[in-house]
Amino acid sequence: MPRVIACFKYSIDASELRIDPSTRKPVVEGAKRKTGDIDKRAIEEAIRVKERTGWTATGLCVGPQAAREAAREALAMGLDEVYILSDPAFEGSDTLATARLLAAAARKLGDYKLILCGEMALDGLSAQVGPRLAELLDLPQVTYVRKLSVEGEKLTAERDLEEEYEVVEVELPAVVTVTREINEPRLPSLRDILRASKKPIVYWGAGDLEVGADVVGEKGSKVKVADVYAPEVKRKGVIIEEKPAEEAAEELVKYLLQEGVLR
Amino acid sequence: MPSIWVYSEVQSVALELVRAGLQLKQATGWSLVSASLGADALKRAEELAEHGVDKAVAVSGAVFEQFDAEVYAKALAKLVGSEPTLVLVGGTKRGKELAPRLATKLDAGCVTDCIELSYKDDMIYAKRSAYGGVAIATMVSPLPLVVTIPPRKFEAAEKAAEKGSVEQVSLELPGPRVKVVEVRKKEVARAKLDEARVIVSAGRGVKAKQDLEMLRELAELLGGEVGCSRPVAADRGWFPQWIGLSGVKVKPDLYIAVGISGALQHIAGIRDSKIIVAINKDPEAPIFKVADYGIVGDLYKVIPALKNAVEKAVRS
Ligand SMILES: Cc1cc2nc3c(=O)[nH]c(=O)nc-3n(C[C@H](O)[C@H](O)[C@H](O)COP(=O)(O)OP(=O)(O)OC[C@H]3O[C@@H](n4cnc5c(N)ncnc54)[C@H](O)[C@@H]3O)c2cc1C
Ligand SMILES: Nc1ncnc2c1ncn2[C@@H]1O[C@H](COP(=O)(O)O)[C@@H](O)[C@H]1O
Repeated sequence: MPRVIACFKYSIDASELRIDPSTRKPVVEGAKRKTGDIDKRAIEEAIRVKERTGWTATGLCVGPQAAREAAREALAMGLDEVYILSDPAFEGSDTLATARLLAAAARKLGDYKLILCGEMALDGLSAQVGPRLAELLDLPQVTYVRKLSVEGEKLTAERDLEEEYEVVEVELPAVVTVTREINEPRLPSLRDILRASKKPIVYWGAGDLEVGADVVGEKGSKVKVADVYAPEVKRKGVIIEEKPAEEAAEELVKYLLQEGVLR
Repeated sequence: MPSIWVYSEVQSVALELVRAGLQLKQATGWSLVSASLGADALKRAEELAEHGVDKAVAVSGAVFEQFDAEVYAKALAKLVGSEPTLVLVGGTKRGKELAPRLATKLDAGCVTDCIELSYKDDMIYAKRSAYGGVAIATMVSPLPLVVTIPPRKFEAAEKAAEKGSVEQVSLELPGPRVKVVEVRKKEVARAKLDEARVIVSAGRGVKAKQDLEMLRELAELLGGEVGCSRPVAADRGWFPQWIGLSGVKVKPDLYIAVGISGALQHIAGIRDSKIIVAINKDPEAPIFKVADYGIVGDLYKVIPALKNAVEKAVRS
């Protein structure tokens, strides 16, 4: 059976990330994680493609064991199966190593027609894995897609570029990266959630994938993080509340004059 | 000796990369080379050669007519070769889909949206946003490395005293597998947000397109421009561009967020504003946490009142 694959990351939820006030470093250990906002749209789009084509919709996630939580949600939304690529040896993978793992998994699954990624992951913001995966699998890439349709072996997609929308066609298989605007991800019902508990979540580790141990994980990564810090935001935080609009506006203007930002 | 390559499909951005490249050249002693592909390649290469690159390579050919990341990556990988290189790519959307593909061909690391670059002990250090824009990370990588630099991060390079060499190269390349069937220009005029001194910015709290008029009047009064959050541009199509992490980063003296909730991705684009003002009817909106001044209230009452108050202040 042909497949549509959605790649999703079990990302750190940056909006909930705590910053250690003394070091100004984000506290990554134990930080809350979830499927990225855009990656949910990749999952949703895969489900829509499956609904139209009857292909198998498969999720791929490189992440910790705990990504199971995200996998369950994706299955409840409508994916048929999720593979979590998880191994201590995969930890610390940069975008190239991550893409290598995803490529190895796609090859092992076989018969992939369409691989959907998010435009970027919301924690790392690197926007690299999609194009890297396309290169590793020697597939054409279509990025920044806000609309797509699949007909037979042909994909038509509308890309959102800075100054124009570009409509393109490509023979499948291909790698597509989607934007936030492509769809509104569905919220699974209780029934969906219950039904999904029977769908398979499969863990693949180093032994299951044909990828050299020296090109994945921290050891196989070229780019490393030398330092991270969260610059302090010093804002005045003067909030005018419960005043009539006129009064509030005049008070604000007074402040802005003091700041010297009004001409 | 390693070399530094610069490439952007937008000539003004390529000139900015030349300046970034010259700084690194000074720190490393490596040579600086540019690539120009497609129409006018030779003309563009001549200009880059006049602005400080040691060598400007020009490749023309029909395969470059359409920007296809796969084809462009192939071309650049052939030019760059297997020597250790640092490739600087202009961080337009096209540049950002090209860079990771090129890096994969070169079996190289890649850092996108780099805001600062330096060199120490054979390693390249590249700063960029991390964790959704909450933090700044310094990434470190050996060569080869591909980096994208956002447009306008650097000024364009100045004319150099000595002109570099220009070299025309021809490459055998397969055509694109992706076919462009239609291009629709985005209609709305592009405001100069990245240079604006004052920005009045519309969020989803602004209900109808005609309500923008009210914001425009206020902006005009303040000598500024109107901007917006991502959904207002990307979902509603009222503007061609939005402000934030995935849009334009702005640094006005005064930023007025009107009916904007203050999502992390929006905040990431306004951090460098001198004064941030928030107008929102929800006292719990996160935008108030990053604001210098805020009014909790209905924008449909506050904006007209603010316009009056500003008019009064300006007159006196
Ligand atoms: C990968 C990715 C990248 C993104 N990049 C960006 C980016 O670069 N820039 C960006 O802006 N967003 C970006 N977003 C989207 C971002 O997460 C938020 O969804 C978006 O910023 C919300 O826009 P908003 O504040 O206008 O709308 P909302 O969050 O819907 O907020 C509307 C606000 O208006 C207020 N309001 C409503 N009516 C009134 C009224 N009458 N008077 C006063 N206040 C009122 C409400 O209280 C609310 O706070 C990105 C998202 C993703 C997934
Ligand atoms: N660890 C991961 N597991 C699965 N997919 C990923 C992973 N990291 C990134 N991706 C996919 O690649 C896209 C771009 O990620 P990035 O290059 O990290 O910004 C994401 O939106 C995902 O679709």
